[in-house]
Amino acid sequence: MADLEELYREIILDHYRSPRNRGELPVPPAHRAEGFNPLCGDEIVITFEVADGVLKDIKIAGQGCSISQSSASLMSAAVKGQPLDEVRKKVNTFKTLMSVHEAHLEDTDGSEEPEAVDLRSLGELAALQGVVKFPVRIKCATLAWNTLTQGLEDAGA
Amino acid sequence: MSLDVTQVRKEIPILSREVHGRRIVYLDSAASSLPPQRVIDAMSNYYETTHANVHRGVYATAEEATRLFEQARIGVGRFVGSTDPLHEVVFTKNTTEAINLVAHGWARHHLNEGDAVVLTIMEHHANIVPWQMLAAERGIELRFLPLDEHLRLDCSKLEETLAGAKLLSVTAMSNVLGTIPPLADLARAAHAAGALIHVDAAQAIAHLELDMAALDLDLLSFSGHKALGPTGVGALVARAEVLESMSPFLGGGGMILDVSVDRFLPAEPPARFEPGTPPIAEAIGLNAALGYLTELGRAEIRAHELDLTTKAMTRLSDHFGDRLKIWGPPAGADRGGVLSLELEGVHAHDTAQMLDSVGVCVRPGHHCAKPLMKALGLVATARASFGVYNDLDDVEALIEGLEQAAKLFA
Repeated sequence: MADLEELYREIILDHYRSPRNRGELPVPPAHRAEGFNPLCGDEIVITFEVADGVLKDIKIAGQGCSISQSSASLMSAAVKGQPLDEVRKKVNTFKTLMSVHEAHLEDTDGSEEPEAVDLRSLGELAALQGVVKFPVRIKCATLAWNTLTQGLEDAGA
Repeated sequence: MSLDVTQVRKEIPILSREVHGRRIVYLDSAASSLPPQRVIDAMSNYYETTHANVHRGVYATAEEATRLFEQARIGVGRFVGSTDPLHEVVFTKNTTEAINLVAHGWARHHLNEGDAVVLTIMEHHANIVPWQMLAAERGIELRFLPLDEHLRLDCSKLEETLAGAKLLSVTAMSNVLGTIPPLADLARAAHAAGALIHVDAAQAIAHLELDMAALDLDLLSFSGHKALGPTGVGALVARAEVLESMSPFLGGGGMILDVSVDRFLPAEPPARFEPGTPPIAEAIGLNAALGYLTELGRAEIRAHELDLTTKAMTRLSDHFGDRLKIWGPPAGADRGGVLSLELEGVHAHDTAQMLDSVGVCVRPGHHCAKPLMKALGLVATARASFGVYNDLDDVEALIEGLEQAAKLFA
């Protein structure tokens, strides 16, 4: 149960119940990116506006579980209004946090402590670190982030 | 004689383990069923005392291996009502491979541009995608039978949907809704339209008595691991003349009559469709599993599961009321023990995660039936499914876990 409480932290439940930046921006001028989790059918639609090297606005639509929805909501709050290089840095740090498990797949009983990621730099996003103990859910947590990465690439931003 | 579930539970080793400090409550038999000790023993014995390749050597253990493997073929055929198992049972890797064998070995050679294959909207991807692949390649039309408002198969336009079709390929039980279609009626209608009928029995094999001769089915596919057997083995069972009309799908050793540098002659069925060393131990394990189900009594298994499903649906509805939606037809003879659940305000993934924390194994997601989910306006459900070894204590554990999920996300 301890692991489960770590997974469903209050911040996560809060962002699930009251998602931030919900909706869709008109395209154009906004860019649009869609992501799917083929395992569970969750889908996400991210629309965002870039101007002067800054992610001016971002909206999240779609449906999914508490982890995928709260991760998307937390991400939107963390990257909105940020310079793009700052956005990329956050994306990379978050993905590193989530990829810790893969690097430790050979650790058969899951007892090894993962490498430290600077959680302070993640702010509220650090609440999602409990997800790494539930490998199947990592895909839920990273859906929004991978979709945003893809969207930024497609937008040439 | 009714089924002794307590005794059945004793024979399944996994049921004695704990997860997260709780007894394991296995409610995911629709994904894979739990093997009894005798299945594991049958495979171990084979590896410990017999192991040799089949159909090749003349030494004692090779003869033994061949005999055990061919006995398994007979066991599989008898289990599904084949009248000539040695000529009608092809071992495959699983149901998916069996259906692909029908698509490539039969349909590719018997269907031409404009011909139709009829499916239902409740099929598993395994009984959709192979046909879509063939349709794209050969210009074949796919038609889907819909469900009615009670989520039973809607057969009101069966005749016109089958008009001009060459094949009806249908599940014997929906892995999402538990819906059991009227196979005998479907077979009659298919044959009247000049089509063959193939049944995807993956979901039904451990739960319903499927007698191909009595139901007048032409082809039937299933997987061993859904019938208390091992993974890695399945079967395509088909009337001998249908198999004889089929071309080889995979080429290799064991499926030939003769090979020279410029050509090969295929062997007779079933060898024609079994290139390479087959899953010998798994076939032997599967035979033990089917023998066990037969020993328990197919009618007794069905009676137990129907009773459990009926009581579980009542119990869940009484407890949760409108907070819980159970997808599928009402409990009855045309419904299997598959309960696709939607807990108000809780995503299926979170429901399943919470259930895991109290030892309850269910499956969240679209269950490889996305066209059905889309037709129902669903993204994901948490699916609890019963096997012969489940009882009402398992239902109570399910209720406890669902209640905790509801509380957390309230």
